[in-house]
Amino acid sequence: MTTNKNNHPVQHVPGFTAEEVVRKIGFCSQLKGGVIMDVVNDEQARIAEEAGACAVMALERVPADIRKHGGVARASDPSMIKAIQKAVSIPVMAKVRIGHFVEAQILEALEVDCIDESEVLTPADEQFHVDKRVFKTPFVCGCRDLGEALRRIHEGAAMIRTKGEAGTGNVVEAVRHLRALMSQIRELQGQDFRFLEKKAAELRVPYDLVAWVAENQKLPVPNFSAGGVATPADAALMMQLGAEAVFVGSGVFKSGNPVQRAKAIVRAVLHFKEPMVLAEVSAGLGEPMVGIDINVMPPSERYAGRGI
Amino acid sequence: MSATPVVVSDVDAVGPLTGVLALQGDFAEHEAALQRAQLPTRQIRSPLDLAGIKALVLPGGESTTMLRLLDIEGLWEPMSHAVHSGMPVFATCAGMILLAERVENPVQRSFGVLPITVVRNGYGRQLHSGTFLLRSEILPTGTTGTFIRAPRITHTGPECEVLAFRGDDPVLVQKGNVLAACFHPELVFSHVVIARFAAMVREQADCFTAAG
Repeated sequence: MTTNKNNHPVQHVPGFTAEEVVRKIGFCSQLKGGVIMDVVNDEQARIAEEAGACAVMALERVPADIRKHGGVARASDPSMIKAIQKAVSIPVMAKVRIGHFVEAQILEALEVDCIDESEVLTPADEQFHVDKRVFKTPFVCGCRDLGEALRRIHEGAAMIRTKGEAGTGNVVEAVRHLRALMSQIRELQGQDFRFLEKKAAELRVPYDLVAWVAENQKLPVPNFSAGGVATPADAALMMQLGAEAVFVGSGVFKSGNPVQRAKAIVRAVLHFKEPMVLAEVSAGLGEPMVGIDINVMPPSERYAGRGI
Repeated sequence: MSATPVVVSDVDAVGPLTGVLALQGDFAEHEAALQRAQLPTRQIRSPLDLAGIKALVLPGGESTTMLRLLDIEGLWEPMSHAVHSGMPVFATCAGMILLAERVENPVQRSFGVLPITVVRNGYGRQLHSGTFLLRSEILPTGTTGTFIRAPRITHTGPECEVLAFRGDDPVLVQKGNVLAACFHPELVFSHVVIARFAAMVREQADCFTAAG
């Protein structure tokens, strides 16, 4: 237990000061129950805000197009990010390459509200992720399991999302990652010191973080879902599996009717446990984005394996 | 309204039912804070959820998202009625924006129950978020508030009581039974502002019990 400078006790999170718990993790908590949408220009950003997105992710190409075009995917042009910041009043996030702390410094200078250190871009460092503790801006990072999630939190991530397999319109990997995460959290419940100590060594994270999760039975930061969500039902599926909010990448603006689909996904996240409402919002949405069967993708085209 | 600081005492967990608007945002954190102050809570997602509640909380989150969903869920009218009904209401951040009489940056609709003008993101983007000392004659010395992309109050009507300032800006205001903060007391285990609201809710419930 720690206290902030006013002696208001806050829930201690290993590696975070009490003030950072409230300011960084608190910011991410404001996005709960919401939908964060990928946008590539100010017009899409306005459409997303109007449809009820709680934040937008500014990037030059949505993951589906990054896949199509190939080459090295990098952080977006600052002028494009600025145009989006000017267009909307909701938080604006942007992506940096894994380990590219200078891209992160640039995004912080632009006053981006949250930085996504993302496997969707081409990794810049094969040994280290960005040391997120030295930044004032909160970071979100992807994970495939509890080990990745806790390593990122130890580095300072204030929000975790599943990696899924971005740009495929196929939710199967996001489901796999969230199920792995949740079952590994449950596995820690009631375990003794020796087990948790062994687990900490195995996951390559401090014992305190593992003990925190064992005791609280959740991650110490908001746990969102991303990577392959294309329909309102996909979004509700992730929420029912335990996600606290949903990122939608290519799913909205690569579909036949982005406005209606965006609105439908926002409502599906609100009513994720109500099949009647889900049936209503899923009707007549037009063409979803074309999906990719992950089983036929060569491993080199998969993004989820990026990062350490 | 009592101007003395209020302290949560040990009372029964069964108390006046407090509704928490749960369209988007940190409503779970608000529920937890209210429950720590011994108030039972209920999430408000549809007009039917409002039946029987004795108090109402509008949480932090994104006001544009909440505005859109209030319309779609048919909650605009019932919520407007509830916040004007005289029941105790507490709002933080986005919730306060929904209650204001006038909203700027951009101009948007609101319930207009608090005679204040607020500027959205009036202290800047997340980089400028932080924890600040509050200046107040009624809160304990040293009380702080965490401001997250917070709205800034630029004008208060004469009938609106200002309970705390950050620098020269009003950041905790009250009119009758409606209390609103630019900062987030729900994010810490125990905050005097939550205690004050819980006391308001109990006081109001006691009035009804005595009258009934």
